[in-house]
Amino acid sequence: MIAEAGAFALVLALALSVVQVGLSAAGRLRRSPALAGAGEGAALAAFGANAVAFMALMYAFVVSDFSVQNVAANSHSAKPLLYRVAGTWGSHEGSMLLWCLALTGFGAAVAGLGRDLPRGLRAVTVATQGALGVVFLAYTVFASNPLARLAEPPAEGRSLNPLLQDPALAVHPPFLYAGYVGLSVVFSLAVAALVEGRVDAAWSRWVRPWTLAAWSMLTVGIALGSFWAYYELGWGGWWFWDPVENASFMPWLIATALLHSAIVTEKRGALAGWTVFLALAGFSFSMLGAFLVRSGVLTSVHAFAVDPTRGVLLLIILGVTAGLGFSLFAWRAPGLPRGGLFAPISRESALVLNNILLAAATATVLLGTLYPLIREAMTGEAISVGPPYFNLTFAPLMTGLMILLPAGPLLAWKRGDARGVVQRLWAALLIAAAAGALTLALVSPRHLLGALGVAMGAWLIAGAVAEILERTRAFRAPAAESWRRFTGLPRGAWGMTLAHLGLGVFVLGAVFETTWKSEAAEALPLGGSVNAGGYEVRLDDVRPVAGPNYDADRGALTVTRAGREICRVAPERRLYTAGGQTTTEVGLCYQGLSHVYVVLGERRGDPASPTFLVRAYWNPWASLIFLGPALMATGGLVSLSDRRLRLGVGRRREPAT
Amino acid sequence: MTPWTSPRAALVAALAAALCLGAASDPAERLPDPAQEARAREIFREVRCLVCQNESIDDSDAELARDLRMIVREQVKAGRSEGEIKRFLTDRYGEFVLLAPSFSAGNLVLWIGPFLVVLAGAALLLKRLRARAPEPELDAEEAERLDRLMQGDDR
Repeated sequence: MIAEAGAFALVLALALSVVQVGLSAAGRLRRSPALAGAGEGAALAAFGANAVAFMALMYAFVVSDFSVQNVAANSHSAKPLLYRVAGTWGSHEGSMLLWCLALTGFGAAVAGLGRDLPRGLRAVTVATQGALGVVFLAYTVFASNPLARLAEPPAEGRSLNPLLQDPALAVHPPFLYAGYVGLSVVFSLAVAALVEGRVDAAWSRWVRPWTLAAWSMLTVGIALGSFWAYYELGWGGWWFWDPVENASFMPWLIATALLHSAIVTEKRGALAGWTVFLALAGFSFSMLGAFLVRSGVLTSVHAFAVDPTRGVLLLIILGVTAGLGFSLFAWRAPGLPRGGLFAPISRESALVLNNILLAAATATVLLGTLYPLIREAMTGEAISVGPPYFNLTFAPLMTGLMILLPAGPLLAWKRGDARGVVQRLWAALLIAAAAGALTLALVSPRHLLGALGVAMGAWLIAGAVAEILERTRAFRAPAAESWRRFTGLPRGAWGMTLAHLGLGVFVLGAVFETTWKSEAAEALPLGGSVNAGGYEVRLDDVRPVAGPNYDADRGALTVTRAGREICRVAPERRLYTAGGQTTTEVGLCYQGLSHVYVVLGERRGDPASPTFLVRAYWNPWASLIFLGPALMATGGLVSLSDRRLRLGVGRRREPAT
Repeated sequence: MTPWTSPRAALVAALAAALCLGAASDPAERLPDPAQEARAREIFREVRCLVCQNESIDDSDAELARDLRMIVREQVKAGRSEGEIKRFLTDRYGEFVLLAPSFSAGNLVLWIGPFLVVLAGAALLLKRLRARAPEPELDAEEAERLDRLMQGDDR
């Protein structure tokens, strides 16, 4: 009964979205606040109905109602509660429902929070958001119904893929989808701006908070996925340039570019067309990501819910939606204002360079992901594009970006002073050089590229600090004056500093871990030990344990350094009984920012005196890889809380139309 | 096929993922000479496990990856260069086996695409910088009026 109510609510959400489009569009055409207001009401109601459908599916998962097809295919009654809840979005159908929930949720948020947008712009935005809702809800209702019943329900479900039964991965999709779909608001705002023919400072100020929110969510989502891969897949990798990772990385790169170009459009009225273009591109890349992951066109490690037939539908949705958006852009963009002039050395130029490099980086990821498919379709020859390609293309582009980064915020608008910037950054430069030299001298084995990477991380961190010191005139003005400036800094400035600092922290961790990780593997008898990075890992015991829905071998290992016990770890090798899959649970021992990473492998030798394959990794500074993105996302949220970015501030400056 | 999301594909993907455990470090496979072993590991990272998805033979525990590792280790032991070994592999399995695509005419777009974007962007930036729109200077009276307006706006 509850599943039927949910299915009905889903259809209702679709109908309400259609109504939302109609009323909002009519409200704009007739310039009728009443009609537009009714459209906003429909947006709120559509979200409500979608939420009911979502809760109904979640309920079916929680109570293990196997008469619902999706639950029977993706859940199991012995699964812990958290993973039964997470099972709601663990399948294709469920994740599309989550997508729709986010889409209608953001539609409702625009309707509810957008009170201070000019009426026309608001009505078109709500209508566009409704149209996106119609498309994806129609897809969900007609091609991927998550609440369909089975005529003959099985006694037991088929269970969720055990690799996905993990706390980080349980919450990874909601963050990722909030980020993906958050960009839909920016898309709708861009369409509205093109329809209304106004792209100005006020419009950019409305775009920024939505982009910031989506970007922060996306950052968290990607970092969670990466962290999961790090400790769940069992060999300590955290980024594989896997097509599915790339699918989430491209919208992130575009959103990052958009955050920066929107600043230029807001402060200087320049780059209006480009900012609108990026706003359209962001959600287009989100849809491309959904298509790539959900269609099965790239079967990869991560594509757990794959269905090629639906891929065609998703491709059509992507083509039509993005196609209409960019056609509108081609038609209306030439009329947009060009904005103020700027000198080659200026904040504007720096931000344009940032955008060029981020756009090129996106192109790299896009080419690396799609080129093998295109080439195979055209010539029949299969090629592989793996990490070596990205190391040669993506890495240099990012290096260029990071060299320039600390200078950007110190440059003045319109005409910057290159010598002044160098004067302000010499200390940061010195710190970076010292960090590189120290690394070269102290860290063994000696590695020049690694030392340069450490210098780069230090450059970014010191640069971010230098910018704050500059703003507060620390060491130059009296302490009281500096303190006053320090406490008076807008949250937006802190947000930027945190995000740039986070990038530096990430670079330090990534460079250190990649360059100086060490690995050892041995088939150990009980009492035997293996040595990685100066840490001795001794296998004390292995005993069978029974989990709620798996059987496991659990090892007891002691990590020592120079004879002193550091910690004990208990890695597991699990066999999930429902599906017959084997997974590993890594034993992680935190040593400051570094990890001793222990994996228990297969049992070998004769049963009387068995040996166990034990792999131990020393991953120096690995925590920074995940701390960096956490800082970046925090920076995004701090910026979001800035008074100037709060929705509605624009109205005081811009008369409503 | 049931109307359910193809469970077999999901299972294969799951197995592929579950099995990759940094397989190449297995002591049973290792070469006795550590220098040769290190060279072999370096090559493993650039060779694709053909039956897996986007995994190198360094990571994969699939049967085929094991065979490929054996081939590479034998050739390293026989003193062949990295280029020779890679050529041997591509002759046998096609370019698909290398994770880094070759610098060939067919891959031109792939390799120069990103840098074309940089060039195009730089060209547009230069064009924008050269643009000279008439920006008339304000006379004294206008400047004063602007000042008043700005102050009023700041209130």
